[in-house]
Amino acid sequence: MIEKAFTGSRKYWAWILFLLLVIAIGFGYYLLQWFRGLGVTGMSRDVSWGLYIANMTFLVGVAAGAVMVVLPYYLHNYKAFGKVTTFGEFLAVAAVTMCILFVVIDLGQPVRAFNLILHPSPHSILFWDVIVLSVYLLLNLIVGWYLLRSQHYEEPPKAWVKPLILISIPWAISIHTVTAFIYSGLAARPFWLTALMAPRFLASAFAAGPALLIIACLIMKRVANYDVGKEAIQKLAQIVLYATIITVFFLIVEGFTVYYGQVPEDVSHLDYFFVGLSGQTTLVPWIWTCLIFWVAAIALLLVRRTRKNEKTLVLAAALVFIAMWLDKGLGLLVPGFTPSPLGTIVQYLPTVPEILISLMVWAIGLLILTIFYKITIGVKQESGEEESAHAISF
Amino acid sequence: MDVDRRGFIKLAGIAFVGLLAAKPIFDVFSRAEAPKIAAETEVSSKIKWGMAIKIGNCKDGCTECITACDNIHNVPDIPDPKHEIKWIWDANYEEVFPEQDSPYIANSLKSLPVLVLCNHCLKPPCCRVCPTGATWKRADGIVMMDYHRCIGCRYCMAGCPYGARSFNWVDPRPYIKTLNPDYPTRTKGVVEKCDFCEERLAKGLIPACVEACTEKVLVFGDLNDPNSDIRKLLATNYSIQRKAELGTGPNIYYVI
Repeated sequence: MIEKAFTGSRKYWAWILFLLLVIAIGFGYYLLQWFRGLGVTGMSRDVSWGLYIANMTFLVGVAAGAVMVVLPYYLHNYKAFGKVTTFGEFLAVAAVTMCILFVVIDLGQPVRAFNLILHPSPHSILFWDVIVLSVYLLLNLIVGWYLLRSQHYEEPPKAWVKPLILISIPWAISIHTVTAFIYSGLAARPFWLTALMAPRFLASAFAAGPALLIIACLIMKRVANYDVGKEAIQKLAQIVLYATIITVFFLIVEGFTVYYGQVPEDVSHLDYFFVGLSGQTTLVPWIWTCLIFWVAAIALLLVRRTRKNEKTLVLAAALVFIAMWLDKGLGLLVPGFTPSPLGTIVQYLPTVPEILISLMVWAIGLLILTIFYKITIGVKQESGEEESAHAISF
Repeated sequence: MDVDRRGFIKLAGIAFVGLLAAKPIFDVFSRAEAPKIAAETEVSSKIKWGMAIKIGNCKDGCTECITACDNIHNVPDIPDPKHEIKWIWDANYEEVFPEQDSPYIANSLKSLPVLVLCNHCLKPPCCRVCPTGATWKRADGIVMMDYHRCIGCRYCMAGCPYGARSFNWVDPRPYIKTLNPDYPTRTKGVVEKCDFCEERLAKGLIPACVEACTEKVLVFGDLNDPNSDIRKLLATNYSIQRKAELGTGPNIYYVI
């Protein structure tokens, strides 16, 4: 099965080579960070988490978003998702791998990472996050690979995989809930101290994950001549639409409480985000870009004609994906730290090494995604039958 | 695979030797608690260390306490404010107590420098969030740091409502002015903060900042002892704590 990743067109190898190049450049800068310390990033005493943890948080959402295809297919026997489910599972594998890498590159002492296991601390949410992310990675890797293997060898999947599929559904919810709890339990940071954090995270996850899946499916249709079917794509588009609307609704709800309630500390963080504070307006274009993207994407997805048109659909999916990254990435981190507990505003801007190291992790994720998708397409085109033929039913 | 009797005994023997070799590794993983350091056993849970700071009693421009702390603890002097390491420092009254700020604040308090340091909270959020137990609350109330266990995830910095924690963004050693060989220096990639001079307390000395102050602005003592200087001071004066409403139970009291 794995040999399918080693045969491909010139374009396929050019893409792999490009990703390896990005990884190599990023790794060079990671060595710089390794020897000089995290001082090569733009983070500071006051903004002590930045681009790395922002990406981690966002990608947990992408990983959890995969459940939006797994659940309807396995639990409700929604046949149209037969062809995309494996892609959803491998998307989760790539996304969780990126999450774990982003946590590791953010550590000041990465060689001590295993202290997390050596000195387990159940009172720390970060400890639980590492546990749930690792298990989710294994669940998706085992389920996705095993079902693909069964299809390859044309044998019915064994029963042991059923409980794993069932567990993976609530587990997807758990990874993003636990990640939200990292933030929403900190009394020190009023911007994060909100019970709405986990629901907001989940809503944006269910938009960002399927949005990426739409883009991936339409790329596969073009470059690999593999079509998952119109119905699957359109259903995904609907999921993205409603999840995006709920995300925007949650932001409005959050904004109402803060601005109508007028608690000074809460207002200062949101002000910094939306209009700027004491003349500091770095983040203002950031959030407004995000808002415009959301509105544009919702419009494109609501109108039947633009949703059915693949060109405008890809545009809408890309807008959603970028907007969610803006919102749940640095849009979540920086206003949480600004103003600082002592009321000071310290600017945070990612440095070149920081950006290139982040791109390295993204390239690793895309490489994993490409290889898994290449194998999956190979197996599915070979067996040439509907996956639902030997799907698991509950 | 077919295994005969002889082969089985051979395999079992190899497996047994292998297990013996792995035992020290298992020991490390099965250890429930880190080995206790000598000083730890001598810490009394009857004591609860705390500090009172008399606001406005500092001499103009005096930084004796800060200098004493920095020198004794090898706190580096890093010029880039983004990478600064701070154990005890001063900030404006309005910044330290944002909830006390008003348009008609007393002239004597306006922009008044107030000393800030780790609050050694009763319920420290930093210890709650630490994923490795590298920072923990000692029986006598001191919030401790283990620079060798810290993985540098900086979750404690996000959790601290007082900005009391500093991270070594760069190697601090080149920035140490005069090295004190009796106190460890830190490496890059770990978090550090005030530890109430636990190394001095173990020798029966008071914290360096308290000793260095000529104006007796800082009063250190056992909050569990009603006859201690700090308790007497708090019993007869009005005092406030930083962000007490968050429920952290800060053990630094500011006497007005």
